Amino acid sequence: MAHGTGHSRRAGIAVFVALLLLTAVTVLVSYVDLGLWNTVVALLIASVKASLVALFFMHLKGESRLVWGFALFPIVFLALILLGTLSDTMLR
Amino acid sequence: MSDPSGEHGDPAVAFESAKLGVWTFLATEVLLFGALFTAYTVFRIRYPEMFRVEHAKLDRVLGAANTVVLITSSLMVVLGVDAIKRGKARLLEAYFGATILLAGVFLCVKYAEYAAKFHHGIYPRTNLFFSIYFMLTGLHGIHVLLGMGVLSYVIILSRRGRLSASYYTPAEMSGLYWHFVDLVWIYLFPLLYLVG
Repeated sequence: MAHGTGHSRRAGIAVFVALLLLTAVTVLVSYVDLGLWNTVVALLIASVKASLVALFFMHLKGESRLVWGFALFPIVFLALILLGTLSDTMLR
Repeated sequence: MSDPSGEHGDPAVAFESAKLGVWTFLATEVLLFGALFTAYTVFRIRYPEMFRVEHAKLDRVLGAANTVVLITSSLMVVLGVDAIKRGKARLLEAYFGATILLAGVFLCVKYAEYAAKFHHGIYPRTNLFFSIYFMLTGLHGIHVLLGMGVLSYVIILSRRGRLSASYYTPAEMSGLYWHFVDLVWIYLFPLLYLVG
């Protein structure tokens, strides 16, 4: 149980600013036609933003391996669901 | 102050247990939204042209504005939890109050967007893209609404003097949930509004 410090407040605000900038970038990029790359860039930026939220706002950065396991296992299952569904619908 | 330790005895252990409980709940949430994201992926691959045309009917400026609103609300939660860690209950209540206010703004914008769509005769049954749009944003909206309830409950606890620098578990746990709601929107916004 870490205690609140000026440092954690500054880190929170820094992450907030980074999230705003990334939002601006992803909106601006969406006005440029890059074909399939639009989706790739949008997903990449979204994943960076999601990682920032999970690592800093949800404190995953300083968490134990156990909590990391709890956080990552649904993502593995989601990947399995996606892969399994796509391998069915695309190869049928 | 009430006894925070409950049946666990050691407050630090109780805190860890609560955290694992919330992460377990969030795991089920990932799979709940994940099923809809899977549907999105399958149909988008099958009907790329329809998704491209239909997604352009969404207002990306409103979507971006709502993204900023949710990100700001998450910062308010971070600052609120930080405040109670320093024993400042009134400050926690102010920050969490701001979060609830921003959540209200988010839902109002969402309401305006829905109203505009209905006005133009666009409903969930209109086509696959809008079925998925209304389903995903509707489910997310319900989560925002629930989050407002949870955060209000934490404010009530704090008003009753139940939270302090040595016991702030409810504030921290409601924060985890709120950040997750923000995180879902971080994916919803580009997938629905920007790249369709």
